[in-house]
Amino acid sequence: MRLDCALRVPRRDFTLAFRETLDWLGIVAVMGVSGSGKSTLLRALAGLEPAARGRIVLDGQTLAEGRRRCPPHRRGIGYVFQDARLFGHRSVHGNLRFALDRARPGTEAPGEAEVIEALALGPLLARAPAGLSGGERQRVAIGRALLANPRLLLLDEPLAALDAARKRELLPYIRALPARFGIPLLYVSHAVEEVAQLAGEVLILHAGTVTARGPVYEVLERPEAEAVSGAFEGGVVLDVRVRRQRPEYALTEVELAGQHLSLPRVAAAPGEVLRVRVRARDVAVALGPVEGSSIRNQLRAQVLQLTAEPHGPHAELLLDLGGPHLRARITRESADRLALYPGQTVWALLKSVSFDPR
Amino acid sequence: MLLLLLGTPLAWWLAGTRSPFKPLIEAVTALPLVLPPTVLGFYLLVLFAPDAPLGGLWVELTGQTLTFSFSGLVLASMLYSLPFVVQPLQASFEAIGRGPLEAAAVLGARPLDVFFSVASPLALRGYLTATVLGFAHTLGEFGVVLMVGGNIPGRTRVVSIAVYEHVETLQFAAAHRLAAGLLLFSFLVLVVVYALNRRYPVHAG
Repeated sequence: MRLDCALRVPRRDFTLAFRETLDWLGIVAVMGVSGSGKSTLLRALAGLEPAARGRIVLDGQTLAEGRRRCPPHRRGIGYVFQDARLFGHRSVHGNLRFALDRARPGTEAPGEAEVIEALALGPLLARAPAGLSGGERQRVAIGRALLANPRLLLLDEPLAALDAARKRELLPYIRALPARFGIPLLYVSHAVEEVAQLAGEVLILHAGTVTARGPVYEVLERPEAEAVSGAFEGGVVLDVRVRRQRPEYALTEVELAGQHLSLPRVAAAPGEVLRVRVRARDVAVALGPVEGSSIRNQLRAQVLQLTAEPHGPHAELLLDLGGPHLRARITRESADRLALYPGQTVWALLKSVSFDPR
Repeated sequence: MLLLLLGTPLAWWLAGTRSPFKPLIEAVTALPLVLPPTVLGFYLLVLFAPDAPLGGLWVELTGQTLTFSFSGLVLASMLYSLPFVVQPLQASFEAIGRGPLEAAAVLGARPLDVFFSVASPLALRGYLTATVLGFAHTLGEFGVVLMVGGNIPGRTRVVSIAVYEHVETLQFAAAHRLAAGLLLFSFLVLVVVYALNRRYPVHAG
């Protein structure tokens, strides 16, 4: 999927200026705080923004050029809204049929049975949208969007209205979509956890402008990402390989750049790759390996960079694990006491590692 | 029926438009609510006169005058009852919001398709209210009809005026028959409509 954009959408408090070319197969995420223009971008791509100006070319087909725009129903772009927007006068099955009856013709269109199975919609079919839970509603909305056989599926914070448990439940469904149905996803969110779990490439949007772009590992380490997530949630995303299970402690041992880590048990076979996230505030540093501590995950690293807040209490360390990076958030006082400097070898102590099975 | 056909597109347009003329059109639509029926009737009479442009055109097209004829009566009634149809419809279209309509469009539904398969079913209550109000108001009106239609037996005599005439000429028995008939008929129609309304509750959104 190749998307070529040069868009301008004036809004009351900012102007979205999006000039990017995206080339992808899986999931690209757009991150930003509320009011940064994320939804405006998706709406403009789908043709729902009358004020949008500029060019949109999708796989060689021009969807918009200046003031001339292809109407939404002929774009072949699916859209999952934050609030699901199911049709209240139709049952769940009626909602799915609505999309199916209007589906873009194509031999590889997702089949009804396949979509119902993939999103576990079977038990919901006869129900009315008003009686569904938030998570069920979003599953139906995703299924409905798929059945219209879109070339590209836009998801606008589909998990924002759900509680943590429902989010975890729905994430694997979303992650599996591109491979299963051959439809690339553009996923908008302000939640680092979701983006870290789903995306290959990430764009960060701030006040209508792209401030950072790149692979998820790189971008989520950057300060621009922290502006979205808040310093409290800042951290890194790492791919680790499962070494072995340790059922006696309910732990899973994984490998990261030649060093070992233990995670709370993950159902994964040795050799499998997991994506984990380590928040900067969960990493402490020591000048040598620490004995007599409850922290078992200690990694040898080199200080790459030390950034102290000029007036605040904290300092941020960028650590090199011999390829992958870690970030540590420590106090400025500790940084001075330990006399940390770039190039120094330290031990990173990981208090917690969060992850979901890939 | 004619009123619904005319009122629906107008209400749909009014609900969706961002045109600067919207308040103007809304005001014109609502005028019959404010004006005394005789004022409206008077202007319509002038407009429908065979030597006025509209009346003249009608005469040329159909060979009949609009004034003191059944077709003129229908036209006048429609204008007079228009706000009673347009306003509930517009309100219910606006209550649906753009959400479901956008959702339908990105699923590949053409605008007309969106209207018939999403907006109209969701606005069912609005249609019912519009039907009841439009019907009731048309049945009960008096002034405009008298001005434009006159009271020609068999052509432009309507029930409400017939009742008035019977009372004026002290034919109370005849007035009773007509009035009771009208009362019963109106009541039955309303009962049917409200019963339907209860049977098919519609939740927007």
